[in-house]
Amino acid sequence: MSVLELEDLKVHFPIRSGVVFDRTVGHVHAVDGVSLSVETGSTYGLVGESGCGKTTLGRAVLRLVDITSGHVRFEGTDLAGLSGEEMRRRRSRLQMVFQDPLGSLDPRQNVESILAEGLEVHGIGQSRADRRTKIVDTLERVGLASNALSRYPHEFSGGQRQRIGIARALVLEPDVIICDEPVSALDVSVQAQVLNLLEELQSAFGLTYLVIAHDLAVVRHISDVIGVMYLGGLVEEAGADELYADPMHPYTKALLSAVPIPDPVVEDAREQILIPGDLPSPSSPPSGCRFHTRCPWRQPERCDTERPELREVAPGHRVACHYAEEIRAGELRSRSADVAAGTPPPA
Amino acid sequence: MTLGTDRVNKVDRLAELTARRDGDAEGASLLRETFGRLRRSPMALSGAVIVGAFLFVAVIAPFVAPYEPGAQLWGREVMPNQNVFVGPRAENWFGLDHLGRDQLSRMLVGARNSLLVGVVATLLGFTVGAMLGGVAGAAVSLGRAWGRRLDAVIMRFIDMMLAIPALLIAVSIAAILGPSLPTVMVAVGLAQVPIFARLLRGSMLAQSHSDYVLAATALGVRRPRIVRSHILPNSLGPVIVQATLTLATAIIEAAALSYLGFGNPDPATPDWGAMLADAQRFLVGAPELAMYPAVAIIITALGFTLLGEAMRESLDPKLRK
Repeated sequence: MSVLELEDLKVHFPIRSGVVFDRTVGHVHAVDGVSLSVETGSTYGLVGESGCGKTTLGRAVLRLVDITSGHVRFEGTDLAGLSGEEMRRRRSRLQMVFQDPLGSLDPRQNVESILAEGLEVHGIGQSRADRRTKIVDTLERVGLASNALSRYPHEFSGGQRQRIGIARALVLEPDVIICDEPVSALDVSVQAQVLNLLEELQSAFGLTYLVIAHDLAVVRHISDVIGVMYLGGLVEEAGADELYADPMHPYTKALLSAVPIPDPVVEDAREQILIPGDLPSPSSPPSGCRFHTRCPWRQPERCDTERPELREVAPGHRVACHYAEEIRAGELRSRSADVAAGTPPPA
Repeated sequence: MTLGTDRVNKVDRLAELTARRDGDAEGASLLRETFGRLRRSPMALSGAVIVGAFLFVAVIAPFVAPYEPGAQLWGREVMPNQNVFVGPRAENWFGLDHLGRDQLSRMLVGARNSLLVGVVATLLGFTVGAMLGGVAGAAVSLGRAWGRRLDAVIMRFIDMMLAIPALLIAVSIAAILGPSLPTVMVAVGLAQVPIFARLLRGSMLAQSHSDYVLAATALGVRRPRIVRSHILPNSLGPVIVQATLTLATAIIEAAALSYLGFGNPDPATPDWGAMLADAQRFLVGAPELAMYPAVAIIITALGFTLLGEAMRESLDPKLRK
């Protein structure tokens, strides 16, 4: 059963300009029609390069940014249609872990007051002592000692700060936690600790995660299902192992081929897919397939004009590419193969 | 299964390690850390010594001043028209002024008035400015349409005040209320209002975009509480620093107003600005008469500025270890 369902979610930010009166001169299409569903107790990993809209998507689910159109269904209720107060009361069920562990903690609050705040605003716990017991329990759960209570965020290390951030979400006993780049600000050694902690908490409390990250290794380590985002849209979605074993969308292929393989023989032999150019501006996204400006397998006409739907190509494997099957069968030649063969790319 | 238990053990061990690190010491809040850093800063120390000395003199002045500051005890010895002045001597350490009054006594008692004007004017500017800026900042941070309108109204008013030079505002107010010490206080204070208002509002806006405000929203904290307990307390640092720096400006501006003749007209209650104005006429014959109050104003302003700068440095998050 899916606890969280997104249907054609769009978040467009207006671009305003004007000297005296603000005029809307365009929109940034940060999230442009994403549909996905997250199964109860599972982890959905969302990857994509910087600026592809993955963070905005995470925030839109929690209504931290305004949703332009579409639906976010949490246990059947459409969050997009709730009033501010109704949404606020549901927030204890849907929590978030932020990317910057220090920036997301108020420097003037000690750990106890950081964790108590959520309990207070949701009226959980009868007394201060009651809440303190709960807070100490939660701190232990995330691997922090109870003497952390009276200390302040700047006195902790990066990993410990992220544990505080996780504890803050966890203390409300949520069903879903959205982790926005939960480990990208941490040392690699600490990353593993925090990821293991997240997995452990998931099995202990039956949590559902939506993990947003740009690090493919992190996402693979933690996710059951992975969605790949490009320029505000989902281009491919599959089970974690399936996606890594058999990427179908050209963009996913390129992303995965950028991950080095720790074996020099394999590393030298494999085909590297290079995608030229930069991410197009999300304020004027390309027509047709969003990726056609950089795609090595781009075909004339159809790719430029028709936006591909996310369609199920194999069981549990959805791809938004017109030619996914042909590329997979090797019927289409990629331009990067030409590059590898020695033809210089056009300047 | 073993893997799972292993992990749990690791977490337990980690908890143990963090517990042992520095015992059960209380956490140090940012405020306490800032104060600790302030105490070690030579800049803050020298500023505090100057300000402390100034405060001390201002408080004890009437008791230690050797003579009555308004009494022309040696009126016959000084003939400014014939260029006859009396410099420092055993009974008058700083000499006599142009009317034969003891310069040291006038300087000491003058410190008291300068301080009073500086403190009251700064408090006035701070209170009114912070209230206006706080209301505007809170209105925007609440994120409603009426809030943005209220903010626009307040800030355009502040912009109008800011467009007029501070001294001109002060002079206009002094001209309306007539020359007196409270006039100088109100004039100097109101001239500082736009600075405090803009600073607090800007600081609140910056804080309202921070991650921890977003985190509080995600937690389900109501907007008014976020403004009250997160945005406002975190925005006050720069405003407090500005208040310290304003004390210096206020003393200088008060001196300027007294110099222009808007200060207390009673010659029995001296202040440094008025003394400077009096001494100006004899700048050629007795430049030291102007020097005493001028140097006193400079040193005092320097003391407050040093203290304010040191506070700003120790509050600056970039300098934190």
